Amino acid sequence: MNEHVLPIPLQDDDIARLQIGDVVFLNGTIYTGREGLYSSLYDKHWKMPIPLAQMSNVTFHCSPAIREHNGQYDITSVTATASFRFARYIGQFIRDFSVKAVIGKSGMALDIYKKAFVPNGAIYLSTIGYGAGAIYGRSIVRVEDVLWKEELGLAQAVWILQVEKFGPLLVESDARGNSLFGQENARINNQFFSLYDGLAAPILRRLGEETDPREEMV
Amino acid sequence: MISRDLLFSAAYELNVRAATAIPSDVKKTITRMAEKEIQPLPRYVLKNMVDNYEIAEAEKRPMCSDTGLPRYYVKYGNEARNEGGFVALEAALRQAAEKATHDIPLRPNRVHPLTRKDYNNNVGAHAPSVDYSFEPEADWIEITSVHKGGLFGSDYRMLFPADGIGGIKRFYLDVIGEFFRRGMSCQPVTIGIGIGGTKDVCVKLGKEAACLRIVGDRHPDPEIAQLEEELIELGNSSGFGSMGLYGSQSVMDVHIEIAYAHTGGMPVAIHHFCLAQRRSTVRIHSNNSLTYREDPHWFTDYYRRETVE
Repeated sequence: MNEHVLPIPLQDDDIARLQIGDVVFLNGTIYTGREGLYSSLYDKHWKMPIPLAQMSNVTFHCSPAIREHNGQYDITSVTATASFRFARYIGQFIRDFSVKAVIGKSGMALDIYKKAFVPNGAIYLSTIGYGAGAIYGRSIVRVEDVLWKEELGLAQAVWILQVEKFGPLLVESDARGNSLFGQENARINNQFFSLYDGLAAPILRRLGEETDPREEMV
Repeated sequence: MISRDLLFSAAYELNVRAATAIPSDVKKTITRMAEKEIQPLPRYVLKNMVDNYEIAEAEKRPMCSDTGLPRYYVKYGNEARNEGGFVALEAALRQAAEKATHDIPLRPNRVHPLTRKDYNNNVGAHAPSVDYSFEPEADWIEITSVHKGGLFGSDYRMLFPADGIGGIKRFYLDVIGEFFRRGMSCQPVTIGIGIGGTKDVCVKLGKEAACLRIVGDRHPDPEIAQLEEELIELGNSSGFGSMGLYGSQSVMDVHIEIAYAHTGGMPVAIHHFCLAQRRSTVRIHSNNSLTYREDPHWFTDYYRRETVE
């Protein structure tokens, strides 16, 4: 496996060298964001009060475990949250904030990489595990700032973090839009589907499995 | 008489232990799976997860920052009494969850489901949830704290007698297909399966089977134990490794629990409990001494009884 230690802001030529399945460690500033951030920007139309894009071009789908005392924050553990549910916001967010890498859990759909990531030269880096909270937590050097803590709560607030050798992260989608999970699913499917041989479909189906509500379930 | 203060301090300590120390059965199993996995990427991931357990323990960091939804399982001995009764017991459990959230810290995951308001303490309506069982002749109270995520890896299906064991296996594979892709279940997982009862009962039993039996534990009924073993083998033949990478190590164990069902039905619920299995148990003796342990011993003969008494 190829390992890369990269400085933030991420540079296009560093990104271009990465291939799916490579291991990446990051140095610099990253910021967290999830439903709370996207919904505030794009549903409630709040204005971003700080120059976020100038501070970093790497965002992290997560919310950390944080200890707060006397206005100081101590982040002990940090892991990613599943990225697929931010699909409707991510394209605009990447454009608006010049994002070059999204760190998260479980990646995103292949067409999102083609539509939203590749045109902006952005990649997707997957945390490993999942749940390697202590490994990632110890590479957070300090909390630089926190945005919308009162409005969104500790879990949804935007945490701006200085990190050192933050990783290991796996390249899930590279600059060309190749996907590690896409590749692995293709390897898994034949073996997985063969286990269904001889197992009948359930007698009673459900809407949700059937998508046409006019269909009978029996 | 078990004191109110002791219930609070024991429940708080349980949360600390659950959040930062991986149970030895899980650590041993993941370590073994990392060695057995021959595909390089999922093997790399599993080796890092073992390192993560060790760092979490040594540095008292939560092993996963999604510290889940803290909850309690209480086994109340029939001869036990506590100061202030059940109301005081529940208050102590809620106060311990609040203090643990602030001090460990745990992530404040609990929000109002509609307004999404977060009070940053993991306490609210039906939160933390407390489930009870009882034990004859015992004069102790046992509390187990479990921190489990709540988004992925569970499903329910109403099957019928004609669906048979094949129907259960197919549903088991469907849930693997739903949640092992991209590692949504955070596998390797312990899989709990509740079969029978009514919908709510099989969902509850499946969750308890996933969270409250240790890895390697087999059901005392040999037919159920055999099905558990078949399903472990089936899951690890699926092609899914850790994180949904191609591999062979994704199911730590399968635990099945049954409840008597309607003569026409066979409801089934399945739960995946991730590799950050956060659980810890304490027995509070009537003389106010404490014994902490890893095995919840939730499924006693009495709890599984099929007799009229």
